[in-house]
Amino acid sequence: MTRGERRRLLTGLAFVSPWIVGFLAFTLYPLVESFGYSFCDYDALSKPVWVGTLNYREMFADSVFWQSLRNTLAYAAFALPMGLVMSLLVAVLLNQKVRGRPLFRAIFFLPSLIPVVASSMIWLWILNGNFGLLNYALRALGFHHPPQWLADPMWTKPSLVLMSLWGIGHAMVIYLAALQDVPRSLYESASLDGANAWDRLRHVTLPMISPVIYFNLIMGIIGSLQVFSQAFIMLGGGGPQRSALFYAVYLYQNAFEYGQMGYACAMAWILFAIILFLTWLANRLARSHVYYSGE
Amino acid sequence: MTVRTFQRLLVYALLLLGSAVFLLPLVWMISTGLKPIDQTMSMPPTWIPYRTYAPGDDAKPVEVKRGENVTVSSCLVEAEGARRIVPREAVQGNRYTELGADGTTRTSTVLVLQEIPATVAVPWALVTDVGAERRGPRAVPVASLTRKASPRWENFALAIRAMKYFPRYLGNTLLLCFLTVTGTVLSSALAAYGFSRIEWRGRNTLFLLALATMMVPFPVVMVPIYNLFRALGWIGTFKPLWVGSFCAGAFNVFLLRQFFLTIPRDLSEAARIDGCSEWRIFWQIVMPLSRPALTVVGLFQFMGTWNDFLGPLIYLTKQEDFTLALGLQFFQSQHGGTEWHYLMAASTLIALPIVVLFFFTQKTFIEGISMTGIKA
Repeated sequence: MTRGERRRLLTGLAFVSPWIVGFLAFTLYPLVESFGYSFCDYDALSKPVWVGTLNYREMFADSVFWQSLRNTLAYAAFALPMGLVMSLLVAVLLNQKVRGRPLFRAIFFLPSLIPVVASSMIWLWILNGNFGLLNYALRALGFHHPPQWLADPMWTKPSLVLMSLWGIGHAMVIYLAALQDVPRSLYESASLDGANAWDRLRHVTLPMISPVIYFNLIMGIIGSLQVFSQAFIMLGGGGPQRSALFYAVYLYQNAFEYGQMGYACAMAWILFAIILFLTWLANRLARSHVYYSGE
Repeated sequence: MTVRTFQRLLVYALLLLGSAVFLLPLVWMISTGLKPIDQTMSMPPTWIPYRTYAPGDDAKPVEVKRGENVTVSSCLVEAEGARRIVPREAVQGNRYTELGADGTTRTSTVLVLQEIPATVAVPWALVTDVGAERRGPRAVPVASLTRKASPRWENFALAIRAMKYFPRYLGNTLLLCFLTVTGTVLSSALAAYGFSRIEWRGRNTLFLLALATMMVPFPVVMVPIYNLFRALGWIGTFKPLWVGSFCAGAFNVFLLRQFFLTIPRDLSEAARIDGCSEWRIFWQIVMPLSRPALTVVGLFQFMGTWNDFLGPLIYLTKQEDFTLALGLQFFQSQHGGTEWHYLMAASTLIALPIVVLFFFTQKTFIEGISMTGIKA
């Protein structure tokens, strides 16, 4: 290594040192430690005791664990695709020649900015069984016994899915930016070839923005499997019959309410594995369906 | 009408409908926040908070609280010091005959204050004059009641008082926002500079490692980080909530690196030939040129800290140390289910700064978010 190279190496390391410190203290060390804890009985007060795979075996025998996993997957299975389609739909609408586009865009985007605590309060109130706005509207439309939403185990998850659709603004903005980058010429030549609006969407727009669909999909998988704050705020310890006890909520309870930190870490690693698996799956799907114009 | 015009109309119709649906919850929040408690639970719902007035003694309208409706011929009577409403046919002169549940009758002497010739078609209402509640209700024809829109701005002050530590919550939140924004912008810029504008061995490997860390879900590292802070004696202090922001998160480093790469290399080379230190190139050339990107990172961090719920939930222990988000949730968990007007007023107060900030920085904001998607 020449003197110049050494100097550059040291300067470079000096500049990235905040990241290195953060990586060591808040990623690498916790990863190793958490993996270790997941094989320990650890209540945070006394020293961790090695128990081998006991936490994992207990987890697979724990019906509440399975319920929290089912709840989370059910929530994600609806919230994720519905959110992806709706945000794309709004973006496609906004990408037409419309007057007042900035205003419309701001309106659709705004709810995703509202602090989660505030939006939870709003939806608690809207979904209130007796005085809620939603049930008032349903009664006015002739449904005399509308659901009790957050009080009915059947409806807690749909309630949260509904609320999540209100926050699609972020994904919508990303779609819109991608849509605006699709070259006009592609649409023109498609039209010349006799493509109608649907054909253009299917064969021009979707392939051209597929990297962004993929991006939103991955972000959606990561986000919806970790859904926590709104469920915790609106339904406390999981709602009626634990119907909204999500994975992250149960994990939090184990770590900070039941003092079972080893078990919580084991749960976290399983969550990590699930996320990695789904991302890998999405990646495989993407390989054949995502078009990168740069390549 | 051509197909074209029809399509355009359809687009506008969908957009308008969608906008209405998306705005409705916010409008409802503000509307509820400005109501007195009885109007929060009225059916049909009240959109614009109002006050009710009834003709007073000299026919001038006085503000009243509206009670139950009367739709049959009745009398307002006073008995044993209280005013009550009784069926007209049960009163003869000043004698009132009450039919008991077991079929027996009981007769008492009452003072008839008012005869109420109400029917289903001409309903009357019991009203209580505001400021003269002790006198008890009187009856007026529903048709004589008037309403005036009247938002209860005082709800904001009352909600703040009800939340007890609101000024502290606000101060804590602003302090944390200031610290985390400073930390994030500075440390991410430094790291991004090291990852983009200096060539050194192992740089790309390390950068890939940085990107990979974005995949790690927070719950995986949550417990050890908590224990680390506890070992340091930091639980119940603000430190766990801001110290990490000085350690350059991968996402922000990535964003800033993308931007730094667009600044021409020649600028740095020329400065190096002039004998500029790397630090001066960073601080005096690259940083000033990167204002837009730095603003985006700062804005995102501000929002992140303002909105954060999980962090304060895990690390803060004393109520007076709470942030606005945690404070609002705490208030709801204690008073939830009844005082919706205060909850909505407080939610409005917490959401408002973010909304205002968004409208002032809309362009930067939208560009920032678009950047995250496109560069990915």
